[in-house]
Amino acid sequence: MYEGPVQDLIDELGRLPGIGPKSAQRIAFHLLGAEPADVTRLQEVLQRVKEGVTFCDICGNVSEQATCRICRDARRDAALVCVVEEPKDVLAVERTREYRGRYHVLGGALDPLSGVGPDQLRIRELLGRIGGQYGGAEVTEVIIATDPNTEGEATATYLVRMLRDFPGLTVTRLASGLPMGGDLEFADELTLGRALSGRRSV
Amino acid sequence: MSLYRDTGVVLRVQKLGEADRIITLLTRRHGKIRAVGKGVRRTMSRFGARLEPFGHVDLQLYTGRTLDVVTQVQTLDAFGAGLVDDYERYTAASAVLEAADRLTPEERTPAMRIYLLVVGALRTLANGEREPTLVLDAFLLRAMTQAGWAPALLECARCGEPGPHRAFNVPAGGSVCPTCRPPGSVSPAPETLELLSALLHGDWADAEAASAASRREGAGLVAAHVQWHVERQLRSLALVDRPGDDAPWPAEPERGADIASAGADPSPVAH
Repeated sequence: MYEGPVQDLIDELGRLPGIGPKSAQRIAFHLLGAEPADVTRLQEVLQRVKEGVTFCDICGNVSEQATCRICRDARRDAALVCVVEEPKDVLAVERTREYRGRYHVLGGALDPLSGVGPDQLRIRELLGRIGGQYGGAEVTEVIIATDPNTEGEATATYLVRMLRDFPGLTVTRLASGLPMGGDLEFADELTLGRALSGRRSV
Repeated sequence: MSLYRDTGVVLRVQKLGEADRIITLLTRRHGKIRAVGKGVRRTMSRFGARLEPFGHVDLQLYTGRTLDVVTQVQTLDAFGAGLVDDYERYTAASAVLEAADRLTPEERTPAMRIYLLVVGALRTLANGEREPTLVLDAFLLRAMTQAGWAPALLECARCGEPGPHRAFNVPAGGSVCPTCRPPGSVSPAPETLELLSALLHGDWADAEAASAASRREGAGLVAAHVQWHVERQLRSLALVDRPGDDAPWPAEPERGADIASAGADPSPVAH
């Protein structure tokens, strides 16, 4: 046990995800030896992230202003909405550089075992968004990009049930199949089955 | 390093570290076990898809210091595929898993009958042969029976006087005769108790003929019975999607109030 503030810092760092007692100790001593300016900058950023970051009124993504950068961007296609579970999924889709539409962040997936039902997710906001007008265009396609696991699939099923009655709305689901750079013989039967049922003509 | 093999149903998964998961399984021979699936959250994982909730798998594990580690998995039945396509089935199946988890509190204590009930319930739900909420209630009644909390449906829960009786008391453990009737008992419709008895004994022709009102009342009684006796609220029960029922359980306010308070706050009782 170290004395006073050093031990407090180690304890606080140790509560962060993925940081064990040894890593916490290493980071604490690094900070102790760091330039005062570096520590002040870190301190300011930590404070700003708690005070300054909010969630976008339209899509639910993390944002510095009332609406996020993507929702403000007039060059993006407002008729196309990609539904994802978490803000980090927005970044994952953005990295593809293939998608030029907007997003909708649900804030999780339907998981009755953890007590998460439709009311805990931003599903009502999504329905309101499709019915109304945002960015001067009507939504014509919803791409459901929830995780390809049990909870994500169930969420997709639920969304399809809610969205199928909107006239003129196309609902699509991300394709699932074999990862690039993989080997067919090592693919599990569920993934391979999905790849077969979702095959496309070339 | 000791290896062992068993078949089991994945009850629950929790994230662990960067890409691992803790998998809670109900196995045929070893009861409930918690094991680590290494790297299963990576897209390139060779068995990630097999260790999803509702999966019925044949697996090999090695005994670790605190948690066992999954080394090989093969799918026996991928119930998940049939369940996630239908929200009603999915919520009912989730409640089956949560109840199974609660009814097997001890790890590594064989619970083969509950395991067989879980597999049977998931198979029936995934095939879509029967009404999902009826399957759930049948599972709950039978699993409670296996766990030692069989509800008394056709006799008095206190004195054993043969019935059927009009009153039902959750803390007492089922229907009660007029002499034993404790305060706070509810009076469900006679058909409701018949429905529960049919579900418990697998009499599907009678169960499926029951009216929507009896089903709803029966579901309320079953939920209250389970939650009172396991002394825990089952979170997924409140989220079960019931057909033609916009209000979440309990659906009947006048009787439901009594049932809900018994179910929501299961204060410890001596048995």
